[in-house]
Amino acid sequence: MSTYAQKKGFGATLWDFLTTVDHKKIAILYLIAGGFFFVIGGLEAVFIRIQLAVPNNDFVSAGLFNEIITMHGTTMIFLAAMPLVFAFMNAVMPLQIGARDVAFPFVNALGFWLFFFGGVFLNLSWFFDGAPDAGWTSYASLAMASKGHGVDFYVLGLQISGLGTLIGGINFLVTIINMRAPGMTYMRMPLFTWTTFVTSALILFAFPPLTVGLVLMLFDRMFGSNFFVTTMGGNTVIWEHLFWIFGHPEVYILILPAFGIFSEIMPMFSRKRLFGYSSMVFATVLIGFLGFMVWAHHMFTTGLGPVANAIFAVATMAIAVPTGIKIFNWLLTMWGGSVKFTTPMHYAIAFIPSFVAGGVTGVMLAVAAADYQYHDTYFVVAHFHYVIVGGVVFALLAGTHLYWPKMFGTMLNETLGKITFWLFFIGFHMTFFIQHFLGLWGMPRRVFTYLPGQGFETSNLISSLGAVFMSLAVLVLLYNIIMTSVKNVRVGNDPWGDGRTLEWSLPSPPPFYNFKQLPLVRGLDAYWLEKMEGKKGMTPAEPLGDIHMPNSSFLPFMMSFGLFVAAFGALFNMDDKAWSIPVLILGLLITFGSMFIRSVKDDHGFHIHKEELMDDEDKGVKA
Amino acid sequence: MKRLAKWRLISIFAILSLILSGCGEPFLSTLRPAGEVADIQYDLMKLSTWIMVGVIAVVMVIFFIVLFKFRRKDEKIPKQVEGSHKLEIIWTVVPILLLLILAVPTVAATFKLADVSPMDKEDSDALVINVRSNLYWWEFEYPDQGIVTGQDLVVPTDEKVYFNLISSDVKHSFWVPAAGGKLDTNTENVNKFWLEFDSAKAKEAGDLFYGKCAELCGPSHALMDFKVKTVSRADFDSWVADMKDVKEPAKADTALAQQGQEIFNKSCISCHAVTPGNTTPPEARFAPNLTNFGERSRIAGVLDHNEDELKNWLRTPEKYKPGNLMTDKYPQLSEEQLDALTAYLMGLKVEE
Repeated sequence: MSTYAQKKGFGATLWDFLTTVDHKKIAILYLIAGGFFFVIGGLEAVFIRIQLAVPNNDFVSAGLFNEIITMHGTTMIFLAAMPLVFAFMNAVMPLQIGARDVAFPFVNALGFWLFFFGGVFLNLSWFFDGAPDAGWTSYASLAMASKGHGVDFYVLGLQISGLGTLIGGINFLVTIINMRAPGMTYMRMPLFTWTTFVTSALILFAFPPLTVGLVLMLFDRMFGSNFFVTTMGGNTVIWEHLFWIFGHPEVYILILPAFGIFSEIMPMFSRKRLFGYSSMVFATVLIGFLGFMVWAHHMFTTGLGPVANAIFAVATMAIAVPTGIKIFNWLLTMWGGSVKFTTPMHYAIAFIPSFVAGGVTGVMLAVAAADYQYHDTYFVVAHFHYVIVGGVVFALLAGTHLYWPKMFGTMLNETLGKITFWLFFIGFHMTFFIQHFLGLWGMPRRVFTYLPGQGFETSNLISSLGAVFMSLAVLVLLYNIIMTSVKNVRVGNDPWGDGRTLEWSLPSPPPFYNFKQLPLVRGLDAYWLEKMEGKKGMTPAEPLGDIHMPNSSFLPFMMSFGLFVAAFGALFNMDDKAWSIPVLILGLLITFGSMFIRSVKDDHGFHIHKEELMDDEDKGVKA
Repeated sequence: MKRLAKWRLISIFAILSLILSGCGEPFLSTLRPAGEVADIQYDLMKLSTWIMVGVIAVVMVIFFIVLFKFRRKDEKIPKQVEGSHKLEIIWTVVPILLLLILAVPTVAATFKLADVSPMDKEDSDALVINVRSNLYWWEFEYPDQGIVTGQDLVVPTDEKVYFNLISSDVKHSFWVPAAGGKLDTNTENVNKFWLEFDSAKAKEAGDLFYGKCAELCGPSHALMDFKVKTVSRADFDSWVADMKDVKEPAKADTALAQQGQEIFNKSCISCHAVTPGNTTPPEARFAPNLTNFGERSRIAGVLDHNEDELKNWLRTPEKYKPGNLMTDKYPQLSEEQLDALTAYLMGLKVEE
């Protein structure tokens, strides 16, 4: 398919992205959408810090502040961190296992568009009498009491985007189980693939409880059922359980891929294989498993009683063990290595102390009796920002720099990258370290202001100043991305020079079919092994033959768009708007109509013929 | 020599105050524990912090060695090491041991803090207080004494005080940081726990601890403060007696205040009681009991307790506590009416 190399107009490119089922392009879509929501969530964070910079501030009103914190949390978790993680999973995982695409390319596209429309729907709440204001946890008694449609936007938006995440996770599981290249046994899979695998399993088990919780809340708010109405025999603690049975694994869904990215970076730039690979795999699986056993530590103060609290306290502490194994394995990977301080490596190195700080406060929080003091204070805010920013966001920024050449074929500027890093690193610690103390000094979280005379003033100001640095870092990154794209200096297969895994054996970006011939994997760090034996690339595992590829399709977009339309109908039906039912029906018709077309229309994809592939070879590797 | 000693003393005090300021305010900070519960929790904090500082130290030593010793100097390929069983066993077993050291006191303390058995014993003389949280105000009912008050919790020092916690509307959380950790006030069930207030520490805090709502509950979550007045057992008993003496709404003594009382009886009394007896069921107590309003430490939990602030509050409660349930529940008050009402409310005192 020679269309790949052609210069296309904007319209054609747009149509290409709207209909693509190629995992690499879907990765770019995830990256753009996730990056966009990350900026929105970041702006919300800036507003929060402006409001809290001085006591009794009136930059935003109390009600608006609650909307901002709710949207900041929800956006960052569901619409920024998750899709950005998905971006790298999509971009890298199929390449790492030597596959030509994910198992279900069509479903992959559907997953993206569901997430995207769910996220857009949620954010449109700003323009329809107010965003959700019950916190990202949306505890039931407050959510049920919330006026306006904010919480309805939350419920419907997350339901739609959660569906996308769930099918995305299933897709990755099937891909990793079925589509590994010859020789790629489980214990030869790169760590990022392993974490993608475990994460996908977590998604599979964690999202259904959220779906159930959201359905119950939807019924309560829309149809007057009483699952969470205490006076009618409902129970709001059920929501807390459902939410956290989802919510705790969710944080591992975010952090495990982050571990994966760092487990790629550290061996690469230390030129040394990952220390204790099998124990790293074991620790990943164990963290994933234990992640489901500890949800009630978010509810130590709910009043579950000492037996439950004690059990969950000890279970939570247990997670420190596999996490500690990982930290020491990373350190020992670098030990004796040849460490090159590239931008991704800067993040990887900074990640260790930052994440350890977040991890140890996690253990402190696990001490149930002491948690009664920490719970719902700024100590917790500091803790989870240390793990999520110091872990996940560092990994996402590192991954952006690391995989940018693989995704776009050009390197981000290293100097600007390091400036971004230092600004972000300093700003991050400045913002969040002091918050530990604010919490211990008695400042509850989610407060829209605080009165003077409680000893909170200076520290809050410092924290807000830190946010300035982080904002600058993001601006420098955006500048870097624009400048790099304008210059567009093309790079080869292994632009870092230290690539170890299969993705670096391919051109940057890879051709749309990834591997002309599936590679033969002869061990862990397959590409590194070949390089060490003086070979240029991978040994093929099959003769050159026809490649079966899926057709592009506009249907995933339409299916998701239909649900987006239907959600508006469902939401405004609560106001007895006459147009709401027709809109609901129209939306569902679009969705089910698209599904019907997908079901009855045969789409066998197409074949790239051997001859075309040979032509490529004659022309040499495309840059 | 004497001068030197003086300087030394000053510098010691300076360092001490610096350390103490790093521990927050004595009336609010969890790092200035003022009772048995807070002490237990503070000890656990210290234990976990020390263990964690040890872990961090080990990590940081390895970290910095890596940072400086193993920088890339040449293009040599380092030895590819698979791992080390010995090391891996060490860093699996040592953390497990450390966690055991932490887990045992954790479990013990968790059970100790949840022990409310004296509450249920028949004819026990344990002091029990029912806390009911409402959208942005707190009600404190002393069931055995038969009195209800709001916003300012009065407790005796040096004894265990037991709490029944519930919420009337949405979930809140009851927290007196200096005295001990929080417990949620759920909408469906009563949560129970105990606190103890140390008299010496209470004195340092000016016998007035800050209490907070620690669960997001709406726009004015940040302003849902309450105060805890600590008094000796004897003073507590006399306060209870004084409160119980108020059987009928107290008659205002000045002409202005009497005028205020008339306004109050017309516009306010349907929500605000001015007798401490709890004859009305909890669901019908829509607003804080004002029996001893004149002796409270804050207005609406957050404003200074003076006439100007009271008038401000009565004029536009929405401005000071967004989303509160008092706004628009009473007719607009003229300045004269405000003067009268303020005089009446400020005169609501039970102690002499």
